[in-house]
Amino acid sequence: MKKIIYSLLVFFCIGNIVAQQTPADKQSTAISIEGATAHLGNGEVIENSLIMFNEGKITFVGSAMLKIARMGTVINATGKHIYPGFIAVNATLGLAEIDAVKASVDVDEIGINNPHIRSLIAYNAESKVVESMRPNGVLMAQITPRGGSISGTSSIVQLDAWNWEDAAIKVDDAIHMNWPSSFTRGRWWLGEDPALKPDTRYGKNTDDIKMYFANAKNYLAGQKSTINLPFEAMKGLFNGSQRLFIHVNGQKEITDAITIAKNAGINNIALVNAEGAESVTDLLVKNDIGVVLERPHRNPNSEDDAYDYTYTIAKTLTDKGITIAIGMEGQMERMNTRNLPFYAGTFSAHGLDKEDALKMITSNSAKILGVSGMVGTLEVGKDATLFISEGDALDMRTNILSKAFIQGRDISLETHQTELWKRYSNKYKSE
Amino acid sequence: MRKLILLLFFFSLHILHAQEYFPTDSGVKTNKNTAFAFTNATIYVTPTEVLKNATLLIKDGKVDAVGKNVKIPEGTITTDLKGKTIYSSFIDAYSGFGISKPKRAVSRSRGVQYEASREGYYWNDHIRPDTNPISAFKFDSKKAKDFINAGFGVVNTHMQDGIIRGNGLLIALNPNASDAYRILNTKSAQYFSFDKSVQSRQAYPSSRMGAMALLRQTYLDADWYAKGNMKNKDMALEALNANKNLTQIFETGNHLDALRADKIGDEIGVKFTIVGSGDEYERVSDIKATNANFIIPINFSNAYDVSNPLLAQQISLRDMRKWNQEPSNLSVLSKNEVNFALTTHKLKSTKSFHKNLQKAITYGFDETKALAALTTVPASILGNSSIGNLKSGSHANFIITSGNVFDAKTSIYENWVQGAKNIVSDMTIKDITGDYMLSVNNKNYQLSVTGSGAKQKGAIKQGDKKIKSKFSFKDDWIAITLNEDSGYTRMIGKVINSSNLMEGTAFDTKGNETTWSASKKVANSKKSSKKKKGADNNALTVMPVSYPNIGFGNYVQPEQQTILIKNVTVWTSEDEGILENKDVLLKDGKITQIGKGLKARKALEIDGTGKHLTAGIVDEHSHIAATSINEGAQNSSAEVTIEDVVDPTDINIYRNISGGTTTAQILHGSANPIGGRSAIIKLKWGENAESMIYDDTPKFIKFALGENVKQSRSSNGTRFPQTRMGVEQMITDYFTRAKEYDALKKSGQPYRKDLEMETLAEILNKERFISCHSYVQSEINMLMKVADKFDFNINTFTHILEGYKVADKMAEHGVGGSTFSDWWAYKYEVNDAIPYNAAIMHNAGVTVAINSDDREMSRRLNQEAAKTIKYGGMSELEAWKTVTINPAKLLHIDDKVGSIKEGKDADVVLWNNHPMSIYAKVEKTIIDGKVFFDRAEDTKKRVAIKEEKSKLINMMLNEKMNGGKTKVPMKRGDINFHCDTLEELKN
Repeated sequence: MKKIIYSLLVFFCIGNIVAQQTPADKQSTAISIEGATAHLGNGEVIENSLIMFNEGKITFVGSAMLKIARMGTVINATGKHIYPGFIAVNATLGLAEIDAVKASVDVDEIGINNPHIRSLIAYNAESKVVESMRPNGVLMAQITPRGGSISGTSSIVQLDAWNWEDAAIKVDDAIHMNWPSSFTRGRWWLGEDPALKPDTRYGKNTDDIKMYFANAKNYLAGQKSTINLPFEAMKGLFNGSQRLFIHVNGQKEITDAITIAKNAGINNIALVNAEGAESVTDLLVKNDIGVVLERPHRNPNSEDDAYDYTYTIAKTLTDKGITIAIGMEGQMERMNTRNLPFYAGTFSAHGLDKEDALKMITSNSAKILGVSGMVGTLEVGKDATLFISEGDALDMRTNILSKAFIQGRDISLETHQTELWKRYSNKYKSE
Repeated sequence: MRKLILLLFFFSLHILHAQEYFPTDSGVKTNKNTAFAFTNATIYVTPTEVLKNATLLIKDGKVDAVGKNVKIPEGTITTDLKGKTIYSSFIDAYSGFGISKPKRAVSRSRGVQYEASREGYYWNDHIRPDTNPISAFKFDSKKAKDFINAGFGVVNTHMQDGIIRGNGLLIALNPNASDAYRILNTKSAQYFSFDKSVQSRQAYPSSRMGAMALLRQTYLDADWYAKGNMKNKDMALEALNANKNLTQIFETGNHLDALRADKIGDEIGVKFTIVGSGDEYERVSDIKATNANFIIPINFSNAYDVSNPLLAQQISLRDMRKWNQEPSNLSVLSKNEVNFALTTHKLKSTKSFHKNLQKAITYGFDETKALAALTTVPASILGNSSIGNLKSGSHANFIITSGNVFDAKTSIYENWVQGAKNIVSDMTIKDITGDYMLSVNNKNYQLSVTGSGAKQKGAIKQGDKKIKSKFSFKDDWIAITLNEDSGYTRMIGKVINSSNLMEGTAFDTKGNETTWSASKKVANSKKSSKKKKGADNNALTVMPVSYPNIGFGNYVQPEQQTILIKNVTVWTSEDEGILENKDVLLKDGKITQIGKGLKARKALEIDGTGKHLTAGIVDEHSHIAATSINEGAQNSSAEVTIEDVVDPTDINIYRNISGGTTTAQILHGSANPIGGRSAIIKLKWGENAESMIYDDTPKFIKFALGENVKQSRSSNGTRFPQTRMGVEQMITDYFTRAKEYDALKKSGQPYRKDLEMETLAEILNKERFISCHSYVQSEINMLMKVADKFDFNINTFTHILEGYKVADKMAEHGVGGSTFSDWWAYKYEVNDAIPYNAAIMHNAGVTVAINSDDREMSRRLNQEAAKTIKYGGMSELEAWKTVTINPAKLLHIDDKVGSIKEGKDADVVLWNNHPMSIYAKVEKTIIDGKVFFDRAEDTKKRVAIKEEKSKLINMMLNEKMNGGKTKVPMKRGDINFHCDTLEELKN
């Protein structure tokens, strides 16, 4: 173990210390990785594997026992593990740099219904937080605006790019909305009991949403004499080309959200957070609706919940046949996005099969994001976005990357943080 | 005394009943008869002294004589009370009667108010012992009537505002007299609470622990003042000293606060009478142990409306149990021989007092005790022997009832206060209930009269047909109006003397005058079917209390066992490293043996094959298990301690042990540079606060630097310091003053004891250690230099995310680093925070711990420790030490915990896997040889919670279906405490 660290240290010391890492050049020669345990992301594992890719796409996935020609540069990864790049769903990477510095935050636009607000153009490809994802295997993310009733339109990016345009994998993939809660919290700062009480405005709030959907649909079917940007932005919801991500909690709210959306003619739906989804699994299965779970590293919602409720929920939903992924929304979500693999690991510790847990951050996320044709598994024809880890990448002890590729590009695993590490380690070494 | 007379004189200016030496301008002077006798009654002279067929003789507002052979003087008005009962009127020892709450002070500016508004008083506006509510008192006739109707004759009242609230008034509820007579005592007691005055916006104290520290300091200052050591005049301290010999009554909001009030009382030498909250049953042994007198409210809550299952599932077991268990509170208290009075305090309406008391009695509360709690006990709490009994010479305050006053069917007829009659329900009203045959206009009807007293109601039927009608019975006259198709028939009449017959005049539909009569058919027999079913007459099954009394609580406290864990992989956190296939013996709360083939008699044997045993995780920086975290209203709060506000009912204690954490330092927050003292606790789920806190606990205090203390994100930050430059000077100033203070103290000269300075002097004397919240290298370096200047060392830098930049200096200074594994980017000062920090500091020779500062992370610190392997390549052994022996060292408890070593405390965790594997789960968590978490038990607890909730839901539904009042379901409020959390839990 120490050897690896030192060799990494030496490796890093060669590079210059710069503010941000330079995005890697386009793949110019083919690469073959052999000997590793390949976790394909679809549940399959190939021991002693051979993975080859060229011009950014995977060209071969199979056993290293096969006597076929290795293309291009050969990387011997015997004893190591290879994974498809992890995908963070419902993330806000690049939309803010320092949570407490308002000037650096572009996460939440004012207004109630903002379907026209697009995250992609604010995505800072050079964010220091973004680069800290890569050494942990998080190579792609859905960048999502927050706030309001309809928060806006997300896009999917890969995390090694000069600018947002280059970063985009899928532009304007989905629209996100926050479903109202049927509960409201007492305003403790006014001396009210902070307890949650049934919100008497819930009926009106959901009715407002119904009206908004109906108005949008009417507008899109009509003359459009005055262009309405928010309604224009919702076109994809009604023709099915864009998915509606409904951020919703509670059995009642989930049921209402699905019913109201479907009645409005929106059939392409995913749920986000969805606490209580375990009580409405039939509805989800029937409508083929995937769920983006909240991070497991949070406290259960109420005092009487089992201590491991947030850990076992993945197993519960998987057993019911629901496609689940992991979302990032929550406290300090940007910097914590690099812990994505360990969230999957935690779900696995509490019941989920390891490869099923891996699916949550690879093939399932790709499926829910509608990009499974491109990424999410190690399969021929897909983007060569993958990495080599010293061991089990879902376990923090062994999630140690030696190589990572995005679309075949050999990306830097250095960060602002590794540079400070080297700088100060050297300072004390020389003293 | 003279003052009192002056006051009385003042009040008598505007009253009707003039005193005898007052001039009369309304007519001639007359003498009123003031002697009354009540004969043949059952008389409760005291709750235990009951006389049958006895006479009560009163004169001039006092009891003249009571007994079986009382001679009634001539000219005495005598009332025969055969079959009726006389009790002493009740006393409410805690109320705000007649004193309206002051208006909330309006903000003088946008900023926070740090200084006091008042001059010539104590430095803190919330200390108001000088409050004399007499000037604010106005006899509230309406409220008095409610009290009188409920049987009360005397109430004790005060200004319910502030932490120290001044003296109170004892008032006889005599609407017939003037304040000159009914104010029995203008200094009945002195009052306290933990809540600030609304009359000032002075920010301090902003927390419970601040209020507690303030009380302590106030008493020290009062003493110092009394000895004539203060140059200034302080009317608040003067008043406090003057009130010293009064009864001292402390209002609290829950049983934990009651214990806190008692603790302070013990420290300052005051025996507080504690106004409880009705939840004392949750920890009755601790309540009993206070030995305090209590005043207990009986404001029972309504059942939740659980008919909507989605809403019902939001209610916590804790809140559901409250409804089920609280009616048993009085019974539990009295069985445990806690001395208490009852109060109407907290009741929305005095009218529900008897209903609730009757409920408590059906739950086993003894009636004699109930009577004492309303009469003799409050009298003795208030030190007044002339109320609460009917002994000769006592105030003639008594009630006349139809029978047992605690029986729902009983009527209170009259409530005499100071010898003056107040009619509650007219006892001369005839009972006319029964079924009658009513004849009018040659037609027959059935009339049935129900109810009692003035509220007797009649209903009329013809055959099975109900006839629309109006019935009234007033001043002995019966009036009936029939409304038939043909029109109205009106009847007026009376009951013929002591017979079962009513007669009178009727006017038919055309206005023709005729007669009517009604004769009783059968003896009045109450039909049981008509009785309201409601649950009120039957005590429900009371759910057993668990410790703490919430879901996952323990019904039986875990006991210390001899435990032998066999054939397990032992992570020692010592030089021995990892030992394979070992046996570990735990006995008498200690680790007694580590070896192979160990045997022990009567030991609980646990097969550890394939499992890992580690020392319990120690969290250097936690904010769980406390009701408040910050006392941020001053830049230094060294006087406060988290030990005052440890909350043993926090579910996060259980969740932490489910993740293997057994010890935590509960730190004050980071709202100010000099924070408060820590509580270092063992997470012994179910035990009380006192037993969770370490014995001979090392003394710690939180300091903080950087963005939080300089109020960087506050829009109205006005407090010094606002920069890191100011922080240095502020801390230096405090230590300079502490040094001078300590020198004066050590010189033997008199000095004003200052709790803040005492704490800081402990630091200078190396008796107390600093754990300092810090981020950037400049401030870390600065504080070490300040410490050097005062010749002590900083013990720990906590968070310390730029520790790696000054790790060499830290190692040289000998300070430890307790850091986050990978947090960064949440504020500007953590921009250079790197996850390699722990590894770099460790390599530089600093003792490094990984902490949580977060109730969720603290239940998986094993994972956070594992991150030091990924980031910076620490070895597994060293990584594991960052959450066990290293934090134990930093907390000076490494002689007790933090490693598996013979002789140390039996605080161990059994894991199903490599403890730092992401796949690791805790099987058992053992503290002091007691199993506090066990996965199999946890599964059982989940089932039990579900079952109990289901039972309670059925009970609540039953309550609702039978017409009981219900309330809307609510989900408990919850605060996720972090360093910068300023709010408080109110439970």
